[in-house]
Parts: sequence; C-alpha cells; structure tokens
Amino acid sequence: MNKRAPGPGAPGIAAPGIVIAGEARLDGAPLFPPLRLELEPGRWTSLLGASGVGKTTLLRLIAGLETGATFSGSVSAGDGAELAGRIAFMGQSDLLAPWLDLIGNVTMGARLRGETPDRDRARAILASVGLSGLEARRPHTLSGGQRQRASLARTLMEDRPVVLLDEPFSSLDARMRAEMQELAAERLRGRTTLLVTHDPGEAARLSDRAFLLTAAGLEELPLPERPPVRDVEDAQTLSAQAAMYRRLRGQP
Amino acid sequence: MSRRTAAIGRGLLAFGFGLALWQGVVWATAAPAFILPGPERVAMRLWQSRALIAENALITFAEILVGLLLGVALGVATGLQLAMSRLARLLLQPVLVFAQAVPVFALAPILTLWLGYGFASKIVMVTLIISFPVAAAFFDGLLRTPQGHLDLARVMQARPLRLVFQLRVPHAMPSLATGLRLAAVYAPLGAVIGEWVGASRGLGHLMLLANGRGQTDLMFASLVVLAAFTILLHRLVDGLGTALTRRFTEPLG
Repeated sequence: MNKRAPGPGAPGIAAPGIVIAGEARLDGAPLFPPLRLELEPGRWTSLLGASGVGKTTLLRLIAGLETGATFSGSVSAGDGAELAGRIAFMGQSDLLAPWLDLIGNVTMGARLRGETPDRDRARAILASVGLSGLEARRPHTLSGGQRQRASLARTLMEDRPVVLLDEPFSSLDARMRAEMQELAAERLRGRTTLLVTHDPGEAARLSDRAFLLTAAGLEELPLPERPPVRDVEDAQTLSAQAAMYRRLRGQP
Repeated sequence: MSRRTAAIGRGLLAFGFGLALWQGVVWATAAPAFILPGPERVAMRLWQSRALIAENALITFAEILVGLLLGVALGVATGLQLAMSRLARLLLQPVLVFAQAVPVFALAPILTLWLGYGFASKIVMVTLIISFPVAAAFFDGLLRTPQGHLDLARVMQARPLRLVFQLRVPHAMPSLATGLRLAAVYAPLGAVIGEWVGASRGLGHLMLLANGRGQTDLMFASLVVLAAFTILLHRLVDGLGTALTRRFTEPLG
C-alpha cells in the first residue's frame, strides 16, 4: 500500500478527495456488493475490472449521470461541498461535434453554459497537447490520435479539480496510446483523477492507487513504490502489471 | 464536371424516353386529342397560351413558396416546442398524430369556407400539409442526440436552452433535411388541391377550367409546367438538405 501526502494540486485548484460508498443493483440482481472507494485528493486512482462488473456505473455515479442501476449509498467530496460543476469527463468516444472546428469543440463547455468562450486559452491548450495549427480544422479531417488529443484539450479547458476518465485510450493503437497516457498523466497531475480501464498496463503505469472491481467487491492492487508515470519497461511496473493480469483473470 | 454532364445526359435520355412513350401511346390507341393530346400538340398549346399559363403559374408558385416557408417555420417551431416542453408533448403530440391521420385534403373545403377563394386559403393549406412532416421529422431528430454527448453536456453543467440549441438542434439537422425533402413534394400538392376546391386563379384553377371546356391540351400544358416546377423545387430542397447534412455530420470515409 503506498501512502503519500495529498497531491500538490494543480495551480489555483483545490482538488477534493471523493468517497463513494454503497451497493448497486441492476434489474433486481446485485451489480456490485456494498463497497467503499476512496479517491485521494489530487491523486490518480485506477479502477480495473472485466466488462459488466459495474466500473463504468461507479464512474457515472460519481459524475452524477444516469446509470440504469439502482444505487443505494452516497457520493461525497472530502471538503463537504457539492461535486457538480467540479468534474470534467473524458470517454472512450471523443464526442467531438462534427460541425465545429477544434476551437469550437474545445470551448464546448463554455458554449453550453452560456459563458463567453476564451479562445486564446483554447488555442494555448490545443498547442499544449500538440495540436497547434489545427485550430480551424473540423474533427473529421483529423486522425484518431489527434481527435483524442482534442478530447483531452476539451477536458483540460474545463479546468476541473476532479477528472473522470472512462477508457479514454482504449480505441488508440499501442504507440498512440502510450503517448496519450503520458500526456494525460502529465497534464492532469494534481487533480483527483479516476481512470476506469480494463488494461492492467495502463493501471500499472499511471496510478497512485489501483483497485480491482469484481462481483465480490473491491480489492486494492499492489503498485511499485516509484511514482507514476512509470516506464513501460520498468521491471517493477511489469511485474505489477503481471500481478494485475492474474487478479483480473481470477488467479491468486 | 463530367459527372454532372453524365447526370444531365441521363436526365435527357429519360425525358426523351418519356416523350417517346407518350407519343407511342397516342399513336397506338389513336385516341382523339381531347382525350389524350400528343406531346407536339401540348408543346404548341404551351407556347400559344404562354401568357395565360405564366400568369396562373406565378400565382401557384407564390402559394407554394410562401406556404413552404411558413410551413417549415411552423414545423420547426412545433418540433422544438415538443422537444423542449413536456406540457407541449402532452397537449400537442396527440393533436399531431390526429392531424396526420386526417387527410389534410379533407380540410380544403373548410379552409376555403373560412378563408375564401383567394391566396390565404391555399397558403394555409400548404402550410398545414407540410408542417406536420417537418415537425415530426425534426422532433424525432431532436430526440436522437447521442447519449454520450448529452452525458458530457450534463457533466459540463449545460443550461437547458443552450443544450437544445448547441447540441440537439445541430444533431437533428439530417432529420430536418428529410422533413424538408418531404415538404418539397407535398407543397405543390397542397396548393393545387386548394385551387381545385375553390379558386379564381392559379394552375389548378386553370386545369379545372380547361377540363370543363374540353381543352385537354391546355390541361396537359399546365400539368407540364407544374411538374417542371415541382421537380426544380425538389432538386433545390434536396441540395439544401444534402448541404445541411454535410455541414452537421461526419462525412463517411
């Protein structure tokens, strides 16, 4: 178990810890048993699990979204304040609006809230994820990797202390995925981040804490002492990844 | 450019085939001209009565275009209302279903009774007949916004009205395009039926008049003009619909 001081926090943001505790039922059958997941403030937590065990449900509950499951329990922030409005979300699909250029897409949050979009900041954020010069392009003219970068830029533009990632890298090819993981880890540092994934490699490289969700409940997974982002070829990371694989497959 | 030339070529070929078929039927049946006039005779009549036909055609075209604009506006507004308000769905949706079940043609005599023989009854007729398909198609599109986009908007704390105009409306554009294409087909129908029921001007009126006097060639000439206008209108609206769809969706491939 690696215990560390709370994360340094991104500039100007106090990242709250989050606790979700309760159980969920889907059509009367238990989806996950009573459990308690704590996201440490300013830290990266990964949630690993097979398909259908309810990891996305858990993430959506924190996001305040419909899940189709019945949840009895609570979701709360460590500082006692509302979570709504302090969350940014990034999913597997990039969810870019086909009719808007990249600036328009990155400023979507402001448009939807009726705020004046800060185009200069959008431009700077696009540049910081390696998309400078593509501001006026529409999504369909971009590659899959570039689109996912734009999706990350939109997430960063929201500038929220809590970031929920629902398998955001799973549709990318291996090299692009590694690049995106590093970029996201670097740019989201200091925020309370939850990554839902079924890729043990991803969890082993990026997480401060990692958990496995099964029908039996939550189980913490061991991670190397070295802080993330860990190198792909690092021996401890590889062995942590191998151990996660075994747990994911139900082996001791 | 060569693709467009090829398309025009195909169109001309089909047109020629249609004319040949028409002339063939005239020869084969040896029908008298007051039953089935040949293409040549209709073309001559078209030229001779061009002033009369043009005068009436302009009336009908104006009815169609004004009705089309009003009907699309009414349809879009209704679709938006339905999508945004539960009360509107509760009150309006059954009315919409009922209105679609009633053949709008059956309303033509009533509209003429209420609004008279002039422009107004035809425009209301066209407006009514096309606002239903436009409203239904647009409303359907407004409800089909992908869930992922709605979820993201929720997390972003979108304002309800902004959500509709920034996400739902753009996502509904392809459906609206479908509604517009239907509208372009129905609009001339509405105008002509309105004119048949009661009018003193317009192509429909001219056709009835010609029919009553046994001037079958004039009837056909009016019909040709109406058909040409309808095709032109449909092509225009179809192009607009394609442009809309292109603008708001990802091109395939």
